[in-house]
Amino acid sequence: MQFFVFVCAALMILLGAVGVIVRKHPVHAALSLVLTLFGVAVSFVSQEAHFLAAVQVIVYAGAIVVLFLFVIMLLGVDRVENLRTEPLTAQRPLAIITCLGLVGVLVAAIVNGNGVLNERGEGINLPDLQNGPDANTVQLAESIFSRYVVAFEVTSVLLVIAVVGTVLLTRKRLAKASVK
Amino acid sequence: MIALDPLLEGNLLWAPLLIVLVKVLIVFVVGLVATMLMVWFERKAIAGMQNRIGPNKTGPFGILQTLADGIKLFFKEDLFPSRADRFVFALAPFLSFVPAFLAFAIIPLGGDFRDGSSGEVTLFGQVTRIQLADPPIGVLFALAISSIAVYGIMLAGWSSGSKYPLLGSVRASAQMVSYEAALGLSLACVLLLAGTLSTSGIVAAQSTITDWHVVSTGIVPFVIFLIAATAELNRPPFDLVEAEQELVGGFNTEYSSIRFALFYLAEFMNTVTMSALIVTLFFGGPQPIAIGNFVLDIPLLPNALEGTVWLLAKILVFLYMYIWFRATLPRLRYDQLMDLGWKLLIPASLGWFMLLAAQRLARQNGWNIIIVTAGSIAVLVICYLLMQAAFAKSARDRSKQGTMF
Repeated sequence: MQFFVFVCAALMILLGAVGVIVRKHPVHAALSLVLTLFGVAVSFVSQEAHFLAAVQVIVYAGAIVVLFLFVIMLLGVDRVENLRTEPLTAQRPLAIITCLGLVGVLVAAIVNGNGVLNERGEGINLPDLQNGPDANTVQLAESIFSRYVVAFEVTSVLLVIAVVGTVLLTRKRLAKASVK
Repeated sequence: MIALDPLLEGNLLWAPLLIVLVKVLIVFVVGLVATMLMVWFERKAIAGMQNRIGPNKTGPFGILQTLADGIKLFFKEDLFPSRADRFVFALAPFLSFVPAFLAFAIIPLGGDFRDGSSGEVTLFGQVTRIQLADPPIGVLFALAISSIAVYGIMLAGWSSGSKYPLLGSVRASAQMVSYEAALGLSLACVLLLAGTLSTSGIVAAQSTITDWHVVSTGIVPFVIFLIAATAELNRPPFDLVEAEQELVGGFNTEYSSIRFALFYLAEFMNTVTMSALIVTLFFGGPQPIAIGNFVLDIPLLPNALEGTVWLLAKILVFLYMYIWFRATLPRLRYDQLMDLGWKLLIPASLGWFMLLAAQRLARQNGWNIIIVTAGSIAVLVICYLLMQAAFAKSARDRSKQGTMF
């Protein structure tokens, strides 16, 4: 059963990921991304991380990709793009190098953590399933709001900075336009 | 592996499997029939409110009108607009229809939750719940599903390849995403008091009328949830998605035949599900009305079945209220809608959540609850004044730049 779920989820993730790159239409690519995110949520559920799966769907599939689609529709860039012309000539070789580097890092990480990943429960802080349905949420909340609270708060400050920066950039242009 | 139901723990046998299948079937059929009756009920009730007769030809009181409409829609021509994106255009109605049904799975439809009972019943020697699934994430499932439903509307409008549906769907997605925040924050107030995510746990926590979350959270989260839910459903007065005067028919303008029927069904199904969710979260779901030790008991019925009767009665009240909204309230303007969501509902629900959290902390640590409440209210008032000052400043700035709103 676990294996079957894993295969289905992995297929969903891979199909989605390939779709994001291969589909030329931005909206189709965004929909493929949704498929990938769903696959990740399914594998979270099969690893007993129910809360994480729910948040994955609510935040990533429900809000972030909707925002992507929103921008695509609003800006009217929903046309098939011509991929032959290249605005940056060094783009492709650089992308290949980065990609190979990323693959190398991932493989190294997997080889390095082989012992941990093979056997369930060794080195990984598994949710305590004996304490009822909410054990998952409790454990996650404890680690976010006590052990990693500083990192959590700093991340949210980072997001606020991004929002404020965006507002500032758009306002500046408006102010100049009104002066003219 | 997945503890959705006490039935599914241990080895799978035929009897549990059969019970689950029957439950799936019952939930699906009840959902469809409820939607059908809801369409009829809405047309009939709104006709009464507008001094008309409403459907009265098909069957007694016109009750078969929806069935007749459904059959008619089945036989109409299925049209693909020439500029439509065919795959997405065909997919969108299902993305809207399937989530509407899925959300119904987590509603406890009956069972005995009195005196700390867990709501479990025994069927053919198997312990189960009168509820299709009781996942550990509970109500978060409903939120996840409602965030998927956005796709149906959004993609329907975009894939039609025409202007008005696109405008309608952009409006809809902006509206649904912004009101989801207020919905989630008012839901968090309930979860704070119930201490669990599971819907059966939330129902079990509301045994008497003072424990009903509408009372115990103070009425504010309920009101916010109700308004946000109405916006999430795109029902009047928040139906800007299909504002006929501006958008022809909104996101489903280009749809016809059975595809249109799916959108129509999904809309009404969502209304029924949302009413059931409101009842579950704030009004004790299948719990009977109980004041102190006095329980309003229906004689002769077993307690588990009585839960279903209570649930139905409570849901009907909310369905009627939604119809009443539609007959009474005029549609909001778009900027009013966004102001209400972002400047009123989200800050209010966040503030109320903080207040409840402070009270909870005070109770846990044995602090004086009155002082803590007074202190939190003072902080909230200061925040409110700051926010008002910021609004006034931005309004001044904008009027200096010469914008309208």
